[in-house]
Amino acid sequence: MIALLIRDMRLAMRAGGGFGLGLSFFLIVVVLVPFGVGPQAAILSTIAPGILWIGALLACLLSLDRIFALDWEDGSLDLLATSPLPLEGIVAVKSLAHWLTTGLPLVLLAPILGVLLNLPEAGFLWLTLSLALGTPALSVIGTFGAALTVGLKRGGLLLSLLVLPLYVPTLIFGAEMARRGAEGLDTTTPLFLLAGVTCGTIALLPFASAAVLKVNLR
Amino acid sequence: MSQTSLWEYANPRKFLQTTDRVLPWVAALAGVTLVVGLVWGFFFTPDDYRQGATVKIVYLHVPAALMAINAWLMMLVASLIWIIRRHHVSALAARAAAPVGMIMTVIALLTGAIWGQPIWGTWWVWDPRLTSFLILFLFYLGYMALWEAIENDDTAADLTAILCLVGSVFALLSRYAVNFWSQGLHQGASLSVQPGERMAMIYKLPLYVSMTGFALLFIALVLVRTRTEIRARRMRALLARERMGGA
Amino acid sequence: MPDLGKYTETVLSSYAISLILLAGIILVSLRRARRVKKELQDVEKKVKSNG
Repeated sequence: MIALLIRDMRLAMRAGGGFGLGLSFFLIVVVLVPFGVGPQAAILSTIAPGILWIGALLACLLSLDRIFALDWEDGSLDLLATSPLPLEGIVAVKSLAHWLTTGLPLVLLAPILGVLLNLPEAGFLWLTLSLALGTPALSVIGTFGAALTVGLKRGGLLLSLLVLPLYVPTLIFGAEMARRGAEGLDTTTPLFLLAGVTCGTIALLPFASAAVLKVNLR
Repeated sequence: MSQTSLWEYANPRKFLQTTDRVLPWVAALAGVTLVVGLVWGFFFTPDDYRQGATVKIVYLHVPAALMAINAWLMMLVASLIWIIRRHHVSALAARAAAPVGMIMTVIALLTGAIWGQPIWGTWWVWDPRLTSFLILFLFYLGYMALWEAIENDDTAADLTAILCLVGSVFALLSRYAVNFWSQGLHQGASLSVQPGERMAMIYKLPLYVSMTGFALLFIALVLVRTRTEIRARRMRALLARERMGGA
Repeated sequence: MPDLGKYTETVLSSYAISLILLAGIILVSLRRARRVKKELQDVEKKVKSNG
């Protein structure tokens, strides 16, 4: 399974693998926001945690179809499914690869972009922490959506429609944690709720994703 | 041990035969109860001391909201029955129920927003209950879109069933998340349309009739639509067989 | 028509939109049911005459 992880990560990192695209998209979204809402520092710093969360979420969304698409097209998904490795494990590894190549870089980029949006000083730590806690959930939930739409040509829009409502709890708790941190309030409650959602999805969704893949590979 | 069990109606042909007899009665009953409930509520109830005549909206909003949720629950049960017992009628019934549930959700949203307008002064607030219904609306859309996108009937049934299961967990989770999220609202109280609120009998009775009417209408529509789905599926099967060179 | 006072628009528009939506889903469902039933009958006839 480690071999699978390394292979997926290598595929994502090479040219055309989409690694830089997610980060660039995150940057572009953040740059667009002041053009949309005006450059006033007070407004920007209020909405900064939320905007950064939404930007990271959307950037994650963009790369979801890559999780299974390449393997589906060249038939390696069939091979993986018939290998002795449990499909749930394979799915979990693919989610991990997605997080390492998409989610984690976004987490690291976020504080830098926070400067552009006048994120309050106290907010940097909490924003980064909330994204670090929340982006794994985004990867795992996204893997489920990618599995559902794996066979479809132009399934991208459908993938977004299916996945975005599932992202709502993570977004609510993550953005709330970042916001409270930025305002110097206590972040315990949203932190634990966010961690709970992430742990729950990591534990349970790979089973659903594997079931979906089995259906699609029939 | 050969009493008729519910499972016998899972056979598509038997389902069509049974609903042939039952549907006209359900539809008629639905029509009658709905008209009685709404007419009673609209014409023969007094204004509320606080909310004035807008209380009459309750006869639409509450039944629609309840059916919006019940429709999804029915889809959940039907999806489980499909996954466990592979009765095609079950999968088709879930598919049939979705648009009806979606319309109920829209009615709940619109009546909720219109009802709130005189109170809040705006056409929309991110009240936790309205927001939850908005999210439910998105779940309905996604479910229906997935059915449309997949060609193979059985694959579509399986995928949408799993989506319904996972979606139900997230819908519940979202409900709590939205409640948590709306605590941050500095605006005033949320929509005071609690169905559990102490309501005088004079309002409750027509409300119960209306709720029954909506429920019967839902059942009638799902029966009609499931019959359509069964026929459409049979037609696709026949055409596929034809294309492959005859019976 | 009861006197709805200042809430006339509110109440009437609620009823109007709800009834329109209900009528809509009913009509759509019934129309599709009729159409599919007829199409199925046509296909069954064709299959019978071919088989």
